[in-house]
Amino acid sequence: MKEVDEPHDDVGMHLTSPVIEPGHTFASVTDKISALALKRRTPIGWFIGFAISFALAQVLLLTIAYLVTTGIGIWGNNIPVGWAFDIINFVWWIGIGHAGTLISAILLLLRQEWRTSINRFAEAMTLFAVACAGLFPLLHTGRPWLAYWLFPYPNTMGMWPQFRSPLMWDVFAVSTYATVSALFWYVGLVPDLATLRDRAKSRVFQIVYGMAALGWRGSARHWHRYEVAYLLLAGLSTPLVLSVHTIVSFDFAVSQVPGWHATIFPPYFVAGAIYAGFAMVLTLTIPLRKFYGLEDFITMRHIRNMSKVMLATGLIVFYGYIMEAFFGWYSANEYEWYMIKNRMTGPYALYYWLLIICNGVIPQLLWSKRVRHNLALVFIISIVVSIGMWLERFIIIVTSLHRDFLVSSWGMYSPTIWDWSMFLGTIGLFFSLLFLFIRFLPIISIFEMRTILPEAEVEEEAAT
Amino acid sequence: MRTEHPIYGLMAEFDNPTDLVAAARRTYEEGYRRINGYSPFPIEELSEAIGFHHTRLPLLVLIGGIVGGLAGYLMQFYLSAIEYPLNVGGRPYHSWPSFIPITFETTILGAALTTVFGMLALNGLPQPYHPVFNAPRFALATRDRFFLAIEARDPLFDYEKTKQFMQTLEPREVFDVEA
Repeated sequence: MKEVDEPHDDVGMHLTSPVIEPGHTFASVTDKISALALKRRTPIGWFIGFAISFALAQVLLLTIAYLVTTGIGIWGNNIPVGWAFDIINFVWWIGIGHAGTLISAILLLLRQEWRTSINRFAEAMTLFAVACAGLFPLLHTGRPWLAYWLFPYPNTMGMWPQFRSPLMWDVFAVSTYATVSALFWYVGLVPDLATLRDRAKSRVFQIVYGMAALGWRGSARHWHRYEVAYLLLAGLSTPLVLSVHTIVSFDFAVSQVPGWHATIFPPYFVAGAIYAGFAMVLTLTIPLRKFYGLEDFITMRHIRNMSKVMLATGLIVFYGYIMEAFFGWYSANEYEWYMIKNRMTGPYALYYWLLIICNGVIPQLLWSKRVRHNLALVFIISIVVSIGMWLERFIIIVTSLHRDFLVSSWGMYSPTIWDWSMFLGTIGLFFSLLFLFIRFLPIISIFEMRTILPEAEVEEEAAT
Repeated sequence: MRTEHPIYGLMAEFDNPTDLVAAARRTYEEGYRRINGYSPFPIEELSEAIGFHHTRLPLLVLIGGIVGGLAGYLMQFYLSAIEYPLNVGGRPYHSWPSFIPITFETTILGAALTTVFGMLALNGLPQPYHPVFNAPRFALATRDRFFLAIEARDPLFDYEKTKQFMQTLEPREVFDVEA
């Protein structure tokens, strides 16, 4: 199979680069992907990566232990900046998750075949990102052991949640999203778990994969219902993923804080989520395909398409920034206009302009075909975008809050070491889960890869 | 040779989806109805060939979604307007626009749970044991082989005749599947 990731490759050739390199058969696809999970020897690089991630995850545990025993005063949150790192990081992680659902659901409905080799991995990313996101509001409650108070259940206090609050909407949106994402991911895994069950050599793995595969046997009747279910789940996840980030944006937009109270928030948040998510998928797949030799399955076409989606959503996000500034002026409201001026020239102006550079300027490089075919550059841009999207949430949250309506209530916010350790800790948790996933489960959907092979076509003339 | 044990049915092994679909069509035309195909990926033509066209799943999902939505809305209405009325800035107790986001989420949740558990229930999964796993090389049904089974329960099933018929489908091999 030919190499396609050489930077000096003829650019024009990539226009026809396939979603799977030629020469593969049902058996070769199955064996290659299942071997990643089943082979006995674990590459040394895996141990190094997992060790680093797991060490960071311990930092998270340490932070949580200190946080729970002491209180959220260890964070830099204050009044007026009552929402800080915890909400920034919550929105950042939830946004990253959205690309997974977009790839698995929306691109399925749009019949984008190229999604097949990246959807499993992106869905796993979604799940782990949502898990990291959920930790922040949970711990921000201060008494996480009472977090079940957020759910409506009959209790001896005779009290019920306030359903007019966007924060309650958020509880339902995020818990539904986590549940449906997990179901979607697992349903997609079942036939592949059956493949692993049938190919595993060790008895233990046969039993474990066998239990997880639920006795899947590839029956035509089962496949028929399975396909219907898969399509229905995609159809349900599509409005769900759009609603989740819309509701996350309602947390801000329904309030009256200048800088938050804007009708542009829902679409701008959804586009930002997809932008950040595709950046993260690129950050993860570029090294993954290299180290695991998956260039046949995750071809340059995938990298190119993801770059284009990133560019398109980045432009929507950048339009959002321009509109925010425009409406700050056009509203003729002194608080709104002050908020914009303060963002651009106030104490956090450095971060605002960094945000514009990261999210608005640097991604414009992706217009160039040469850049889109340069893996190193795409990788760097994807990291820049992740940083930019984090800065965006920082700017939206901190600059809007730190100048309250009354000058006497103005303040400043700076994170403490525990804010940083919690954030870095969730990155450790995310990568630890991802490394475990890469080691033990098929990172590419095997059965869907079989369907895109030419030999999967039923030749109608021969069959009748 | 017929095995001593009771038999679940006969199974033929094929190399590719086209042969399997062709064989399934002929078997169905021959009048066999308790037949099933096994393949490593979904083949639309195959379920049609064995006469399986329709699943009730979409209807169940619709019901699940409606139940989820109604439950979500009525819960909010009952709790906010009847059980625990709370005056927030003079807004009506039954402030329905604020109830829409949660209603939407519970609709999706109800439908999605019905989709997954409905699909598993209709498929009879989880089912750790099934006779087809006794067929030799059936493990390849999750890799690159295609199988067609005729169950012994089929009214037309006659061990010798059915086996002869299956040989005419040009399979790689025909096996007995023990019950």
